[in-house]
Order: sequence, then structure tokens, then C-alpha cells
Amino acid sequence: MAGIDQSKIRNFCIIAHIDHGKSTLADRIIEKTGLLTDREMQAQVLDNMDLERERGITIKAQTVRTVYKAEDGEEYIFNLIDTPGHVDFNYEVSRSLAACDGAILVVDAAQGIEAQTLANVYLALDHDLDVMPVINKIDLPSADPERVISEIEDVIGIEAEDAPLISAKMGTNVEAVLEKIVKKIPAPNGDPASPLQALIFDSVYDAYKGVIVFCRIKEGTVKKGTRILMMATQAVEEVVEVGYFGAGQFIPCEELSAGMVGYVTASIKNVKDTRVGDTITDADRPCEKPLPGYKKVNPMVYCGMYPADGAKYQDLRDALEKLQLNDASLQFEPETSVALGFGFRCGFLGLLHLEIIQERLEREYNLDLVTTAPGVIYKVYKTNGDVMELTNPSNLPDPSEIDYMEEPVVNAEIMVTTEFIGPIMDLCQERRGQYQGMEYMETTRALLKYVLPLNEIIYDFFDALKSRSRGYASFDYEMAGYQRSELVKLDILVNKEEVDALSFIVHGETAYERGRRMCEKLKEEIPRQLFEIPIQAAIGSKIIARETVKAMRKDVLAKCYGGDISRKRKLLEKQKEGKKRMRQVGNVEIPQKAFMSVLKLDDK
Amino acid sequence: MINKAMTEELELYLHIPFCLKKCSYCDFLSFQGNEAEREAYTEALLKEISAYKEFALEYEVTSVFLGGGTPSILNASQMERIMESLRQTFSIRKLGEITIEANPGTLNRDKLRAYRSMGINRLSMGLQSFKNEDLKCLGRIHTCEVFAENYEQARNAGFTNINIDLMSGIPYQTLQGWEENLRQAVKLAPEHISAYSLIIEEGTPFYRQKLTLPPEEEERAMYELTHNLLREHGYLQYEISNYAKPGYACRHNVGYWKRKNYLGLGLGAASLIREVRFSNTSDWTWYLEHSSDPWKIHSQTEALDEKKQMEEFMFLGLRLTEGIGRQDFIHAFHKNIEDVYKQPIDKYLSLGLLEAQNGRIFLTREGISLSNMVMSDFLL
Repeated sequence: MAGIDQSKIRNFCIIAHIDHGKSTLADRIIEKTGLLTDREMQAQVLDNMDLERERGITIKAQTVRTVYKAEDGEEYIFNLIDTPGHVDFNYEVSRSLAACDGAILVVDAAQGIEAQTLANVYLALDHDLDVMPVINKIDLPSADPERVISEIEDVIGIEAEDAPLISAKMGTNVEAVLEKIVKKIPAPNGDPASPLQALIFDSVYDAYKGVIVFCRIKEGTVKKGTRILMMATQAVEEVVEVGYFGAGQFIPCEELSAGMVGYVTASIKNVKDTRVGDTITDADRPCEKPLPGYKKVNPMVYCGMYPADGAKYQDLRDALEKLQLNDASLQFEPETSVALGFGFRCGFLGLLHLEIIQERLEREYNLDLVTTAPGVIYKVYKTNGDVMELTNPSNLPDPSEIDYMEEPVVNAEIMVTTEFIGPIMDLCQERRGQYQGMEYMETTRALLKYVLPLNEIIYDFFDALKSRSRGYASFDYEMAGYQRSELVKLDILVNKEEVDALSFIVHGETAYERGRRMCEKLKEEIPRQLFEIPIQAAIGSKIIARETVKAMRKDVLAKCYGGDISRKRKLLEKQKEGKKRMRQVGNVEIPQKAFMSVLKLDDK
Repeated sequence: MINKAMTEELELYLHIPFCLKKCSYCDFLSFQGNEAEREAYTEALLKEISAYKEFALEYEVTSVFLGGGTPSILNASQMERIMESLRQTFSIRKLGEITIEANPGTLNRDKLRAYRSMGINRLSMGLQSFKNEDLKCLGRIHTCEVFAENYEQARNAGFTNINIDLMSGIPYQTLQGWEENLRQAVKLAPEHISAYSLIIEEGTPFYRQKLTLPPEEEERAMYELTHNLLREHGYLQYEISNYAKPGYACRHNVGYWKRKNYLGLGLGAASLIREVRFSNTSDWTWYLEHSSDPWKIHSQTEALDEKKQMEEFMFLGLRLTEGIGRQDFIHAFHKNIEDVYKQPIDKYLSLGLLEAQNGRIFLTREGISLSNMVMSDFLL
């Protein structure tokens, strides 16, 4: 593989708002460059987790190398680096972008620019990438490419007049995109003879090869036998194999040199040693300094995860450990709850990340989980001067020991058509948003800017946003540090007993409303039992809301069906199965899904 | 002939799956059928009965129950052939209980006399309510006037053991309305009263309708009233939904709760034979074609292991007000009931839903009302 002409390499990514057709375009590019036969081509090749394909989102960045014979008769190597599409994975996106020299911006011909379009474009421009717009979905009846082109020029300020008008779904005009890539995206530079300097933009764990590190070689060359140093973690390993990415497979090659994108394996056992954003260099001939931009990603959202069947605790631990091999941003540590027994407090990048991990645990590891309400990390400033990072509401110190508390906030940008500005501002107000300003994108659309507490958006903000704008609002955010806030711990008492797994931290002003709704919700979820069950919400010793589950008075199968005992048995078995899904708290049986009910307080 | 001492007791259930019209709450296996289908079914049933000739040698039949559907829909000659065939195949104990279910409106004087002469000695009448508006709501075909006429005819024909089915908890029913029903029933002085409460079953017309049902508290009150009022008039509750004058409990049904052997004949009929449960096919065509070969029509065969036997022993036995006997448990499973069920027994004794007395464990009044909850805890 030596002697690849740098000028024939194009490293690029595709950026887009969710649903604007990023993955479909990626599929077409792969298809048209002849890497795969049609038979091998499954819709959305790059999204290779079942879950990704089902949800139509990209979770892990994927990368593929194809060869394109251009109109000038030359063959070009395309390294297409797919990026995760969700704000939870913003850092991964930024590292993926850093591995590219240019970006294709896909914009929906009907919807135009959305909040994530902007966020991604700015991110790409931050990385000095040449952004090349493409207008997709021109087959839609509502497509208005002219409007979208001028929107791109006006709002983003990049030239879009000659943007290819395509339909990735139908395969229309994709060739124009390929030619544009050759002409518009710059070739990489860098000296193959310099000391090695390579950016890690992803890694996966493989049972046979150990950790497979995805990297972009900025300077120098790496091959089998090179002793590499991970500059942030200081791990040193000898390279076992280098190669590049086929579709869904790894193809070994001799060496990777400056300008190339590929993978490196070095019998590394844990992805934690290979952090995204870290720089790889030659341990024997190191580069002067690491590439910029590395940061350690920390979980933003925490929740408790418990096996529904207490005996599966060890299984849950094993499963979490396996997932962590592939996902360095997943964190967990053991915790116990009076109500739920033994489990783990797990940290995630965001709510989507949480949901994905939860689903994978349930599907791939066949675990039945009880998840407590997700929360954020609060900073508790104690009167004795200590600062405590609180991830589990149960650990909140006594109010007398607390001086004040801080909560994480985000800078949120919401793109919305003007008719929904009112309802969306109301929503942000309800969620304790601090209005920062509004920009009109054009006459019909505006960009609203708010500072919002993270704990107000982790549950159902996205759903509320969609429902109040009939699906038209889009949303993006970035972390914006901590702010002092009047927070209280809301406790839930079931039959006069505090249920630790139901406690949550909430702002003082919304505590009453939240407590009331929580009680109502629990009343629906907790089945009637032999005695009356009071459900109360309390702050400290003060009860702020109450509901009552009435006692069960009648539960009898009056008629038995002749000799057909099986029906009777089935009924009883169903009842017994229901009991199994209950958690005993004091005298009361609480169904597992009640522990998640705090998530659904806004269901109307 | 096999020595009589070698025989085991056996109950027979015959299913007649026809109804003039399906009631709005019914999810039993029944349909209208025409005369030709009824005749074909009778023939198939006769074939099935005689196929048990060998099997029958080892058993003595203690009771027969002709259930449905509406068995009284068959004409007298069809019923006669069925009874005749039963007697030829099985040895039926003298004075054994032979019940037929009948719906008012399908009975007349001649039919009732014919039943008597066939040896049918117990009549179970599906009245459900003395109020015509209730009957209409339930989708019943008869009026209470027709019932009164049939009832008198039955007495005149010589039936001295009659059951009346009554249903509580029907839409718009009030406690007072239910009380009037009970009072009218006791005035007629049947030997046995089955008082069910309406259960809305999936797949029935009622399931799809928005019904105004009596609130739970009222239903519970109806249930208590039933117990008290009937007791005042000499009816003892012996099972969750059954009340009888002394000596008139339905022996056949008690056999189900005590897990006696029973053989179900006819479409979809269920059996328990020597700890194996099975049901006949519910497929009409298959049944008609293969009824002469019972092994071909058996389905859902399940040999009960000890665990399942114990579970059934408990949840069926607890339906009876006398409950279960500790000695009976030891006799059946060679261990003490506490060895297996200490935890739920203690739990429900302390909650006051079970009571233990004289070597028996039974549901309290409160426990009967919540019996599903209690019984489900006896599944292992």
C-alpha cells in the first residue's frame, strides 16, 4: 500500500440534522463507488447495530473506504467517516470531524436548515473543514430547493448556488456529489517521514483482536511492530495490525501514512486506554505535542439500574462490563436501595445514551431491568466548606449541612417556525429557562436561545417540544457549566414509608406541582392491595401532596368453567406473574414500572 | 367382569355446544347449529361414548352432567339415545346424580317427563334474573314468565332437585334489585342456587361495549347479601358461588374441586384422569370425523407433576367453604401441608383471609372475596 498519492485521498464526513438523509446518502456513495454489490447492500450500511438501524440513528461513528473513478480518469480513495447524529455524542462528533478534511452538509429540500444543521456546520467550520452543501429529498412534493439554497447562503454564509440537488433515496444525481467531493474537498497533507501523530476518533472492542483503534494519521507512518504511545493515557503497546475499513469489515494493509484513515490493533484489552480524541505517537520517536482538542468525556446523566430479579445482579455486572469495553463513556458503580436491592448507579452522556444502554442490556443480555428516574450531577456546597458531587438523590446531606447547591445548565438553541414561538417560549419558561434572545432566520422561522437547567431537559423536553410545535421545532444544546439554584429533595412515601428509589431532586418552585403529579401517577401504577395505601410527597418532614390507593375489596373468579381448570390456572398464573414484577416495600407491593413513572409526568 | 372393588370412581361430563342464541356475556364453546348439525353431533357423541367401552370397565360412574351450551336444545329422542348409550358403555351408580342444564324456553312438559324417564334426576335452570329488563340486557332468549311456567312443569314432572342460576353484577343492577331477585328465588324454594357474578370475558359482545356496571363496593355488598339472605332461608354456601339446602350440594361439581377423575365427552370437553388433564378438540369438523377414536381428538394433554397437583389441590380445594383438610394433603402427597405452604398459609392467616380449624384450612368471608389473590400465592 505504500506509495498512495496523498492528492488522490479524500477524507470527509457527512453532517446533517436528524432525518435529513445522512445515512441514505452514505449508502448511495458506497453503492455508486462499487465497494459493494447490490446483494451485499443492505439499507444504511453504516448503521450496523440493529438498534441503530431500527431507530434510524447513528450511535457509534462508522467509517468506510471506497474507491471512486472520477471523470478525470483518476481513481480516488474516499474515506467516509460517519458521525453520530445526536447531541449526547457531541464530543464524538467533534473528534470525527477532526479526522476529516471536508464535510458534506446534507439539507432537506423541504425542511431547510434546522438547529442541528447549524450546530454541526459551526462545529465543522471550527475544525477548518470545507463545507460542501447538498440539497437532498428533491423528490418530495414540498421540496423547495431554491428557498433552501438561499437559506444556506443567508444563514450560514457559505456558497450553495452550485450545491447538487439530489434524492439520495431515489439515487438521483448522486454522481454529481461524487465529482464535487473530488473537486471541493481538499486532499490531506502531512509528511509520512515525520514522527507519528495520529488522532483516535473511535474504538471498538473485538473479542479476538482486542481494542481496534480508529485513527486519522496526521503526520508520519504506522505499521506492524511500531511501538505506539497513547499520549493522554500513557499506554504503550506494540502494533499487531494496521488496515482500513471495508463495509463492515477490516482489511489489513502494510502501513498507514500521513493523510490516511484506518485502524490499528495492539492487543489492548480495554477501550478505556484508547480514549477518543487522544493522540497516538511512536513511543521510540514521539512527536512534540499531542493534537489539540482532547478532553475526557464525563457522564452527564445518572440513574440507578437494578435487575428485576435480584439473583441477576452478577449478570448485570458482567453485561455492564462488556458494554463498557466498547463504550468508554459508560460508567457504573454498585449501589443499594432499600426498595430495589443491589444494583448500579450508572452514568451516561445523555438520555439517549441511557436508553441505548438500557435497551442493549435488555435485548443483547436478556436482562429485565428496573431503572430509576435519571438525574444530573448536582454540586452541593456544605456549610463546612466541602463540595460534594451528588449523583444519587438519596445521598443528599441533611439540609442543615447544606450551604447552597448548584445544578448544571445548558445553552439551548431551538429552531421553530414563527407560529409556535409562543408555545415554545411557554415551555421553556415552565422548564425554568432563561431567555437569551431570538434571531429570525427568515420571515417564517426563528432561533430561540435559552439557558436551561439540564435536569429540566433530560426527561421529556424533546417530546414536549415536538408536541407543542407539531413536530416543527428542532433543538440542540451544549453544556454551559453550573448555576446556583434553589433545589430540594422530593421524597415519596408509600404507606408512610419513604421509598428511596423514588426520591428526586427538583427546583423548589416546581416541587409542589411535581409532587402532586408524582402522587397521581403512582396512584395509577400501584394496584390496590388489602389495605388503603396513602401515597405522599414530602420535602423534609413536610407533606406537600397526597393520594390514596383504595383497598381492594373484591377479586374472585365467581364462575368456574365446568372441568376446565386450565383457564382458572392461567388467571392465577397471570396474577402470580404480576406479583413477581412487584417490589415489596414495607407491606406494599410496588410494580417495577412505577419507579420510572417520574419520567412520564408530562404525559397528558 | 372386573371385580367391583377394583373400580375407581369417575364423573362424566357431556358437552352439548348448541344455543338458540349466544348471550352477550358468554365465552363458552357454543353456537346456534341447525337440526342437521345437532343430529350429526349426537351421532358423533354416541360414537365417542361407545369408544370408551374398554376404558369404562375400570370405573364406576358416580355422576353425569349434561352441560353446554344448552343441552335441552336437543330433542327428546336425541337425549334418549345419548343416555342409552351412556348406560350401555359405563356402569353408572344407582341413584347417581344425573344433571341436565336447561334454559327456560327450550323446555316443555313432554321433554321434562322424558328426562325423568331417562333417569335424569337433577335439573339446572339458567334463569339469571327474575327481571325481564336484566334478561334482555344479558341477551337471554327467555322471559321470567316462561321460566315460571317451566319451573312448575319441572316440579310436576317429578324433579325434586332443581338448581336455579342467578347472576349478580349485571349492568344497571342495584343492591335492591338483587335482593328482590334472591327473595323471588327463595320463594320458589329450589334445592340449589348458583349465584354467580358477571365476569366480562374477552371476545364477548360485553367486552366491546361500554357497560355501566355496579361499583365494586355494591357488588361486594350483593355478595354478602346473597350469603346472609340465603342462609336465613336454609341454604348453605358450600362453594364460592354455590348454595344448597342440606344434602343438595351438587356432587358432580364438588368432584371438580376435590380433583376426582372425570371424563369429558363432546366438543371441547375437559378431563382429569389419573392425574392427566386433557381436552377434546374444539374443532367441529375434526371432532365429527374422529370422535370414534378418542385419542385423535384429545388435545392439550398434560400429565400433572406433583407440584401442579399440589397447586390444584390448594386452589381448587379452597373454593369449597369447608376448605382443605391437612390429613387429605398428607394422604395425597405424603407430607405436611406446612412443609410446602407454610409461608402463604401464615401470611393469609395473619391477614385474616384464611382460617384454620379442626384440621382444616379455609377462606374467611373476606378471603372469599379476595380469593384470586390468596390462591395465586399457592402456585409454587
